[in-house]
Amino acid sequence: MGFHQISVKVNGNDEVVTVSSNMTLLRMLRESLALTGTKNGCAAGECGACTVMLNGEPVNSCMVLAVEVDGQEITTIEGLAKDGQLDIVQKTIIEKGGVQCGFCTPGMLISARALLNRNPHPTEEQVVEALVGNLCRCTGYSRIIESVQAAAERS
Amino acid sequence: MTSAHPGLPEFDYVKPAGLKEASQFLAQHAPEARPFSGGTDTFVRMRDGFFNPKYLVDVKGLDGTHVLKFDEKEGLTIGAAIPMNRVVTFADASHYPLLVEAAKSVASYQLRSRATIIGNICNASPAGDTIGACLAYQGILNIHGVDGYKSLPLNGFFTGPGKNLLKPGDIVLSITLPVPPKGHIGRYIKLGRNRLSDLSIVGISAMGVKDSSTKSGYKFHLAIASVAPVPFIPAKAEEILANNALNAETVNLAAQAAMDAVTPIDDVRGSAQYRKFMVRNLVHRAVTEIMQKLSA
Repeated sequence: MGFHQISVKVNGNDEVVTVSSNMTLLRMLRESLALTGTKNGCAAGECGACTVMLNGEPVNSCMVLAVEVDGQEITTIEGLAKDGQLDIVQKTIIEKGGVQCGFCTPGMLISARALLNRNPHPTEEQVVEALVGNLCRCTGYSRIIESVQAAAERS
Repeated sequence: MTSAHPGLPEFDYVKPAGLKEASQFLAQHAPEARPFSGGTDTFVRMRDGFFNPKYLVDVKGLDGTHVLKFDEKEGLTIGAAIPMNRVVTFADASHYPLLVEAAKSVASYQLRSRATIIGNICNASPAGDTIGACLAYQGILNIHGVDGYKSLPLNGFFTGPGKNLLKPGDIVLSITLPVPPKGHIGRYIKLGRNRLSDLSIVGISAMGVKDSSTKSGYKFHLAIASVAPVPFIPAKAEEILANNALNAETVNLAAQAAMDAVTPIDDVRGSAQYRKFMVRNLVHRAVTEIMQKLSA
């Protein structure tokens, strides 16, 4: 099996990584770059726990090959806070109690941030549509949706 | 014990520099080489053991796969590397509302950041959500093979579940959807186990337009997902809607004809019998909604 050396910008840092053909972006982030905030849930593109931004768009990192992101930009949950300040949606999810076990939270926050980037003032329905690919087994979603709406109101 | 999170099996990732090289490589290494674009279906099937290619050939860098354009004469052309989200937000895709509605129904936003309409077509799943719209809009596939460029109409492209007319070395570069008839109304009704994000139990693509060449004065294109070995066109239902005065009784007859023609299977998402009844009810609903809008 082939190996490839790729250059990728992750959370603003330039990284050079050697990856095997069958290594997913998720595995590269967790195992090569030790960015374990991104979670491995279903490994089939259904649960959204592995969601990261690829060039600003949310993707399931279990469904992207590491070799495909050569020359691209990735943002993971570790890159959401800027200059020691949490992103507004990180703050509101804490305030609203939108976190219980926390496993879905990194992917949920990446999807929420991507939504607010493309639509700063979404309706409740638009929030639901944007988060439909992020499964949460704890919260019942209401407080997560409220968190995103509160973040939109404050930004 | 089977791992709960099986990784991808071993393969070699290949990114050809040009179309000729890509087609030749795929032809020379058939059936061990498989083209892919978004990978959202390919990777799942590899993890599940349905595919075990020795080579995965990334087509996203190839000429002609990045096109997304609308021409008032030729229509809408969508390249193989264009993810569904880009189609949904492309301003001129509004000429094709049925396609936009169907594309928005696929899985989740982050999956649609990668999933492509060409991938949906090439996988030839009977459940493909966007295939019905591409059939209703009379799509033409633009293909590069070992003998160069060629075109194939989408109607007739599917030969069975996961099977199509592509030959080793063929790469679908794009699909062209001709300019649709003015004033047409489209509707995609997807029945899933939940309101958003699931695969379809039944998917109804319906398009209607006023047409003076038919007895009814209307022409309908219908395509149904998840009810036959291939995306299914209920031709008799379309004929009923074209040849009879369009009223409640005609719509009932057409919906019944669609139900009688489909040959679904029982699976984890629904029984064959349930699917048949849902075909009748949802064809009825789609056609009725379109009729109301056309006569408004």
